[in-house]
Amino acid sequence: MSSRVGESTRLKDEAGRRQNEQADMAATEPIVEMTDISIEFPGVKALQNVQLKLYPGEVHTLMGENGAGKSTLIKALTGVYKIDSGSILVSGGPRQFSGTADAQSAGISTVYQEVNLCDNLTVGENVMLGNEIRGAFGINWKKTHEAAHEALVGLGLGDLDPRQPLSSISLALQQLVAISRAMVAKSKVLILDEPTSSLDANEVEGLFAVMRRLRDQGVAILFVSHFLDQVYAISDRLTVLRNGEFVGEHLTRELGRSQLISLMIGKDFETLASLGSNRRRDARESGEQPFYSATDLGRKGSIEPVDIAVYPGEVVGLAGLLGSGRTELGRLMYGADRPDTGEVTIGGKSTEVHSPVAGLATKIAFSTENRRDEGIVGDLTVRENLILAVQARRGWARPLSKREQKELCDKYIVELNVRPSDPERPIKNLSGGNQQKVLLGRWLATNPQLLILDEPTRGIDIGAKAEIQEAIATLAEEGMSVVFISSELEEVVRLSERIVVLKDHRKIGEIINGPDIDADTIVDLIASDGADAAGVQAFEPEPAAFAAEGSIN
Amino acid sequence: MSNTSSSSSSFVKTSVKQPYIWAIAALVLLLIINLIKDPSYLGISVNAVTGDLSGNLIDILRASAPIMMIAVGMTLVIATRGIDLSVGSVMAVSGAVSMEFMHDAGDGSLGSALMAIALALGISAFLGLINGLLVSIVGLQPFITTLIMMLAGRGLAKVITSGQNTSASNEFFRWIANGTVLGFPVVFVIGAVIVAIVALLVRRSALGLMIESIGINPKAARMAGIRPVGLLIFVYILSAVLAGVAGIFSTASVMTVEVAKTGFSSEMDAILAVVIGGTSLAGGKFSLTGSVIGALLIATLDKTIVFLAIPSSATPAFKAIVIVAICLLQSQRVRALFSQRRARTSTPRKEAVSA
Repeated sequence: MSSRVGESTRLKDEAGRRQNEQADMAATEPIVEMTDISIEFPGVKALQNVQLKLYPGEVHTLMGENGAGKSTLIKALTGVYKIDSGSILVSGGPRQFSGTADAQSAGISTVYQEVNLCDNLTVGENVMLGNEIRGAFGINWKKTHEAAHEALVGLGLGDLDPRQPLSSISLALQQLVAISRAMVAKSKVLILDEPTSSLDANEVEGLFAVMRRLRDQGVAILFVSHFLDQVYAISDRLTVLRNGEFVGEHLTRELGRSQLISLMIGKDFETLASLGSNRRRDARESGEQPFYSATDLGRKGSIEPVDIAVYPGEVVGLAGLLGSGRTELGRLMYGADRPDTGEVTIGGKSTEVHSPVAGLATKIAFSTENRRDEGIVGDLTVRENLILAVQARRGWARPLSKREQKELCDKYIVELNVRPSDPERPIKNLSGGNQQKVLLGRWLATNPQLLILDEPTRGIDIGAKAEIQEAIATLAEEGMSVVFISSELEEVVRLSERIVVLKDHRKIGEIINGPDIDADTIVDLIASDGADAAGVQAFEPEPAAFAAEGSIN
Repeated sequence: MSNTSSSSSSFVKTSVKQPYIWAIAALVLLLIINLIKDPSYLGISVNAVTGDLSGNLIDILRASAPIMMIAVGMTLVIATRGIDLSVGSVMAVSGAVSMEFMHDAGDGSLGSALMAIALALGISAFLGLINGLLVSIVGLQPFITTLIMMLAGRGLAKVITSGQNTSASNEFFRWIANGTVLGFPVVFVIGAVIVAIVALLVRRSALGLMIESIGINPKAARMAGIRPVGLLIFVYILSAVLAGVAGIFSTASVMTVEVAKTGFSSEMDAILAVVIGGTSLAGGKFSLTGSVIGALLIATLDKTIVFLAIPSSATPAFKAIVIVAICLLQSQRVRALFSQRRARTSTPRKEAVSA
């Protein structure tokens, strides 16, 4: 349902944007002009002669695979990294920032994928942080909150109470709060580094409405996203990077999708079109026992009791909107959260899975959606991260020998194409997609029979995505059971044989995949569940302004 | 500790990159200062009859042994994102138990010395177990837990000796502090052996990896199947037992436990040694080698202050200056400054992008 809303507003928006472009592009000077930027890290040329021009009043997308240099370029602009050569002009004058704060004081604000706000402060305090309004006796909180409210109204977020604690609002709204904060700082350039990767379709629309509003006010927006649909929906112009090199700058409307993908990966689109096998076979043969089955598996406040079974060699997709309980179900199956109810049978034996240790012991592995907080151990090397779960299974007293460690590293670094391939590099220095591959390797190394993957392809580029999807299909062919959780319905449909559909923390149906099934089938199922469409609205509470905004554009 | 197998030249290379390089530099500098004051400062003389070595360096080694013990234990606790403030009090408890036992036994035999040591370490381990249980199972903050134990332990020591400074006489026990093995002080030899055992234990098993994992990212470690409870209890018990050893070391030299003074503010020395050694107080990666060097530095610093006849009122300030200087030198920012200067002078390496 939500994707259709997106479709219609996108069409309306495209018309508006064309007028917009013709009006301002030629007339204005770029507000940021980066020329021949090169940055070298020890052993790696992170950027080589990269160009970027940002004009006021445009949404400019930075495209490229993981490790192409997008984040590095942003950090070069904001002064987090020092450039080795090249020039940066801001409003026509040369400028080298000493860090994010310095850049912000010059009107260049960055909102990161993982929101950098203070959870324990209120919305208003976050918006005004560093710009509090002072009176005779220190900060005047009343006026500060009023100013915060005004800033929020300016972005169409008037319904948001500035006195609410930040931790009580959704991640999507937190992102908008971060943008409000940038606007309070009177930013002329707004950098959004993968803001949409953890948002669902409605929330993305809300974000885009805000972005359009800002663009029309003359703010230059630099946008990074992996979702092609979103790039085409919002951006006016795009710059493509590949392996740290500048590939080209194009007007979005003049560049076809397949052309764009070819530019990004330097390969032909044809090879990509054949990605992922169309797995539409029903793996359940009569008489076969499921590897995993649970009845009434549930946890209070997390998910209502569900029945679920996974057969050997089968991919079961968990589909649903963000917050529908798909992650919670995966966590219960692994034991990351302790179930209150339910009976679990694994391999024909009744078992209790109440901790990750128990999950691993019963040959279940769970790859989290929250890579940074629950996945990687940042300061440890790729090798140490890779062996961690195997080592935990064996206990502290029986360390893996150097030879065993090397075998595991060699195997998974090659098989999953981890780049850079040096196993002794701290994992925090790898790009998101490569961290994800190392984590996948960590779980595969435990030889699981049931692999639960929560958003394994989120925030990673199309090349790595294809590699991971292929790996999943191959694993299932080899007899592994896979539970696949993703917010991209197309991906779920392409990979799964059976799809469990969740909504509002409960299971609303199960679809056996077949030729007639596509993403819309699932959307319809979610939309038609419950008495009316209002149910869908209520499930992810948002300020009413969002809905209104969508139709104005 | 981790690069025992690599050749000596690469050991030097990796050492230079370690944060504790500045602690080594400070150590050398202090010795040079002493040497300027007295050119014969570093002289070591050999007693022709007994083969014992004596000299300032030997004194430093002897004085560093108790700090080394508590610093090693503290390193592992800090690596798990914890802290153990109770080590000084555990030292006092351990000293009180052993002195009281030998005083009551009164026979001065080897047997009663060994029994005293066993009792002292047993009670230390028990106090560590309480710390570990409170932190891991009850979920109290390590700071609060061990602060309580710090107060309770000091009280316990006073109860054990009825508030007296108990003395005892026992030749073997005294030998631990004042005797020599192959010319070296026994305390230092025992300390070095214990450090080596602990280092082998954590680095040759997977304990080190697991401790670092729960220190860097406890959630991710849990998801990878690591059980933190056992590890936490282990590090707190180890820290307390090592503090017990330190308590034996420091009471054996005078054969008296001063319940109010033994181990007093030793936790600060231990924490400083860990920090100087380059282990972050935020937890995670740890370096036992660094902490041992830190302990040596603190012992040297104490001796230097006495040797230079710095007035006792100025002692803490002098100590603070040296330690602040080292911490500054190993901070990210200052190191980045240095590496930038180095990069400017040397030609940049040319390597292909690992595609």
